[in-house]
Amino acid sequence: MSDQAQLLPGTLDLLILKAVSLGPLHGYGVLLRIAQITGQALLIEQGALYPALFRLVRQGLLEAEWGTSENNRRAKFYELTAEGRRRFLEETESWNRLTMAMTAALAAQAEEV
Amino acid sequence: MKLPASLASLFSRFFRRSKIAEEMAEELRSHIEHRADDLERSGLDRATAERRARIEFGARDKYAEESLEALGGSFFDTLVRDVRLAVRVLRKSPGFLSAAVLTLALAIGANAVVFGVMDGLVLRPLNVPDSKSLWGTVYGEDAGFQSYPNYLDLRDRNHSFVDLAAFNFVFAGLDTGNNPSIATGFAVTGNYFDVLRMQPFLGRFFHGSDEHGPNSAPFVVLTHAYWHTRFHDDAGVIGRVVAIDKHPFTIIGVAPQEFRGTLKFLSPDFFVPIVDQDELGAGGSLTERGTTGAIFEAFGHLKPGVTSAQATDDVNAVGAYLSATYPKEATQRSYRLARCGLTAFGGAVNAFVAALMALAGLILLAACANLGGLFAAHTADRSREVALRLALGSSRKRILRQLLTEAMLIALCGGALGLMGSVALLRKLGAWEPFPETPIHIPVDTDASIYAVALILAVVSGLLFGIVPMRQVMRANPYEIVKAGSDARLGRRVTVRDILLVVQIAICAVLVTSSMVALRGLERSLQCDFGFNPSNTMLLGANLSAAGYRKDEILPTQKRLIDAFETIPGVEKVGLVNNYPPLVYAAGSRENVYKDETRNFTQSSVAIMPFRYDVSPGYFAAAETDLLAGRDFSWSDTSSAAPVAVTNRAFAQSMFGSVTNAIGRFARMKDGHRVQIVGVVTDGKYLAVNEDGQPALFLPSLQLPMASAYIVVRSRRDPQELGAAMRHKLREVDPGLPGDIQTWNSLLQVALFPSQMATASLGVLGLMGAILSITGIFGMAAYSVSKRMRELGIRMALGAKRTEVLKSALGRAVRLLAVGSAAGLLLGILASRVLAFIVYQATSRDPLVLAGVVVAMSLLGLLATWIPAQRALAVNPVILLREE
Repeated sequence: MSDQAQLLPGTLDLLILKAVSLGPLHGYGVLLRIAQITGQALLIEQGALYPALFRLVRQGLLEAEWGTSENNRRAKFYELTAEGRRRFLEETESWNRLTMAMTAALAAQAEEV
Repeated sequence: MKLPASLASLFSRFFRRSKIAEEMAEELRSHIEHRADDLERSGLDRATAERRARIEFGARDKYAEESLEALGGSFFDTLVRDVRLAVRVLRKSPGFLSAAVLTLALAIGANAVVFGVMDGLVLRPLNVPDSKSLWGTVYGEDAGFQSYPNYLDLRDRNHSFVDLAAFNFVFAGLDTGNNPSIATGFAVTGNYFDVLRMQPFLGRFFHGSDEHGPNSAPFVVLTHAYWHTRFHDDAGVIGRVVAIDKHPFTIIGVAPQEFRGTLKFLSPDFFVPIVDQDELGAGGSLTERGTTGAIFEAFGHLKPGVTSAQATDDVNAVGAYLSATYPKEATQRSYRLARCGLTAFGGAVNAFVAALMALAGLILLAACANLGGLFAAHTADRSREVALRLALGSSRKRILRQLLTEAMLIALCGGALGLMGSVALLRKLGAWEPFPETPIHIPVDTDASIYAVALILAVVSGLLFGIVPMRQVMRANPYEIVKAGSDARLGRRVTVRDILLVVQIAICAVLVTSSMVALRGLERSLQCDFGFNPSNTMLLGANLSAAGYRKDEILPTQKRLIDAFETIPGVEKVGLVNNYPPLVYAAGSRENVYKDETRNFTQSSVAIMPFRYDVSPGYFAAAETDLLAGRDFSWSDTSSAAPVAVTNRAFAQSMFGSVTNAIGRFARMKDGHRVQIVGVVTDGKYLAVNEDGQPALFLPSLQLPMASAYIVVRSRRDPQELGAAMRHKLREVDPGLPGDIQTWNSLLQVALFPSQMATASLGVLGLMGAILSITGIFGMAAYSVSKRMRELGIRMALGAKRTEVLKSALGRAVRLLAVGSAAGLLLGILASRVLAFIVYQATSRDPLVLAGVVVAMSLLGLLATWIPAQRALAVNPVILLREE
C-alpha cells in the first residue's frame, strides 16, 4: 500500500466530479470509479467520501436520487448538475494549467535559468 | 426579511433532521453492503466480509457527523446533542449544579434589581410625549425652588423654551361631602398640561386661559389612580364640586392612567391651578418675589434646534436680569438645566445608583470568578473523560464547545432563576409606599429591558466562567492522563483557580468593607445630635386653614390645643412650631438676615441665611433643645411686644462672635425691622441629617400666626395611648379639624430614608459578598480535601497528627483567604472614600470597621473550611486505601 500517494487537499472534489461526469454513480461506485481511473494509485478512506459528496450536493454541483444498484440493492445515485458540469470544466482547466506549470518548473535545468 | 426565512429553514431542518439522518445511515449501510458483496465475491464468507467492510469504511459516526455538517444546519443539531449531553453530565453532579446555579441566580438577580431601579430612576424619561426635549430648570444649588414672579419673568423672557410650565406641592384636605382626608396635590400653572402635550382621560384639562388672577380658577383634575381608589372609576364625577381645604372646586377632568405627575418619586392625587395655591396654604405666596417656596420646578420643551447648553446660557441671562432689576429679592444664583423628573436631586441619585450598579457588577464578577474556579475543578475531575474523548478522535473544538454549552446551560438557568426573583422583588418595590402619609414611592417597573439585561448578563457570565477551563483542555495531553490515572490533572496544578479565588475573595472583602462602612455611617447619623430629642414625643400636625378658620382665630385655637394637651395625664411639655418641625419632610425654609447697622437691604448685603422656625413658648422644652444662654419666649412676646428672637450657637458665633455676646444684640429682618436676640440654643439638624453647623433663627409664633403648625407633645406614655388621648382632646376642641398624629421619630424616617435605603442596599450587597466568599472558600477547600483523601489517609495511617493533616489539607485555602482579604481590605478602603460622598458619616479609617472586616472575613473563612476540615479529620485510611 506504501506506493499509494496521499491525496492533495482539494483534489477529492475534482476526482468525484470527474468520476460522476462519466455517468451517474452511487457512493461506492464513485470510489470504484476513482480507483479504476487512477489505477489504484490514490489512498482514500472510504468514509471520507461522504462528507465530500454532501458538500458538493449542498453547493448544487451534484444531485442525488435513490435507485437500485447492479447488485439489486437500494442506493443513492449522484449525477452532475449543469452548474456541476460547468464547474468541472473550469476546475479541470485550472488543474491542467497548474500541473503544466509545476511539471515545467520541476523539469527546469541549471543552464535554462 | 432574511432572518425569519433562515430561521424557518433552521426549524424545518430540525424537524427533518431525523429523516435526513435516517437516509444518511441507509446510504452508508448500502455502501458497506456493496463493499461486502465485492469482498464476498473474492471468496470471504458473508460475516467476515461485512466486518471487513465496516473496518475499511472507517469511523462511521464521525463521517456521518461530518456529512451532516457538510449539509449545513448542523449547528442546531450539534447544539441539541450538546445540550442533551450537558444535561446528562450536570445531572450527575447535582451539588456542583445547584451551587453554580444559585450563585449565578443571586448575582444576576442583584444586578437585575439594581438595573431596574436605575432604569426607573435615571434611564427612563417621564412617561409623557416628546420627553426627550423636556428639561427642568434648577435655580441655585438646593433644588428648583423659586418664586412665582421669578417664574413669570423666566417664562416670558427666555428664548429657548417653547413654553414654560411650573408646579408646586399642595397638601390639603379633600372632602367629597362626608369624608375629609388629606391628599397630595400639585398646584400647576394653567399651561401645565399643554406644555406636557397631554390629552385628558376624561373631561377636560384647565389651560392658561382659565387663569384670571389669584383664586380665580376653582377647577381640579384628578389623577387616574386617585379617581380609581377614591371615586371607584365613576365617570359621573366630572362636574361634581368637592371641597379642598373647605373651598369649593369643580372636578373637570381625569388625567391618563400612565401619567403620574412630573416627579418620579412622588405621585400626586390631584392637580389644581397654581393661581389658587394661596388659599390652599401652599409654600410661598404668589406675589412675593423673594420666596423660594412658591414654585418647585419650572420646565418645558426646548425649541427645535436649541441645545441644552444654549438654553442654560439663556436662562442665566434671565437670572442676571432678575438680580439686576430686583436687587432686594432676587439673589444672583446660577441656573442649570436638569432632566425633568428628579430636578436637583438628579446628581445625587445618579451618583448613588451608579455606585450601586458598580457594586452589583463586582458581585457578578466575584460570582464569575467563583464559578470559573468551580468549573475548572469540575473539568479537572473529568480529565479522564476528556482525555478518552480526545484519544478516540474527538476534536478539541468539539470538547470546548461541549464545555461552553454546559457553562451556558448553567448561566441561563441561573439567569432565569435570578430574573424571577428580581422581578418579584421589583414588583414589591414598585408597589411599596415607605411613608403612609405621603405618596413617596420608588418608580420601578418591570419591563422588557430587565429581561434583556438579565439575558445579556447570563450569556456574558456564562462565557466568562466558561472559558476558564478552556486552557486546561487545550493543553491536555490525553496519553499522559490516561496513563497516570484519575488523580492526574489537566494542565498545570491549580494556579488559575488560586488566582480566581484570591480575586473573588478580594472583591467580596471590598463589598463587606463597603457595607460595614455604610452601616457605621448610618449608626452614627442615627446617634448624632439632632439638636432636639425625637424620642418620647408625639406630633400633631394641624392645618387650621383646612378647617376654615379665620386669621384672628388661629392663635386662640392653637393655644386651646396646647392647653388641652397639657391636661393629658403623663404629658410633660407641650410646644408648637409653625409649618414643619426640623427634619420633617425636608421642609425647612431660609430667611435673609442683615446686620443691625445695614441700611441697604439687597441680596448682596445679607449677613446670614439661617433656617427660620416660628415657635411657641415651651417649644424648646418640649423638643429638649437646650438653652445655652438667655431666655425662652414667653406668652407675653406677642405682636404688640418688642420683636425678639432666639438663635442657635452657629448663628450667634458667626454674627456676634460668641454665645454670650449675642444676648441683647440686634439683627435686622429682610423688611428692615429690628429683632433682639434674647436667647441662644444648641445647634441642630434642620433639613437633612448630613448637614453641619447650619445657622438657625427662632421667632415667636405669637408674633406671626400661621394656620399650619405642628404641636410637639413630650410624654413617656405609650405612643398608642397618647395618640388616642390627643385625638380625643382634638375632637373636644374642634370635631371637624383633621389632624395628623405621629411620633417625631416616625416623621424623621423621611429625612433618614435616603441613607437608610443606601445602607440597606449596601448591606444586602455586602451580605451577598459574604455568601459568595463562603461558597468560594468552601468549594476550594472541599475540592482540595476530596482530591487528597488518599494522601491524607496514608499520612494518617503513618501516624500523622490531626493538626498536621489539617494544615496540609487546608493550609492553602487559608493562605489564599488571607491574601485575598488583605487585598480586598485595601481596595475597600479606597472604595469607601467614594462611598463617603454618598453615605453620611462614612469613613473607612474607622478602626471598628477595619476590625469588623478582618473578623468577618476570618469568621467566614472558618465557617467555609469547617466542613471540609471535618471530612479531612474523619478520613478512615483503611477504607480509603481499599477503594482505589
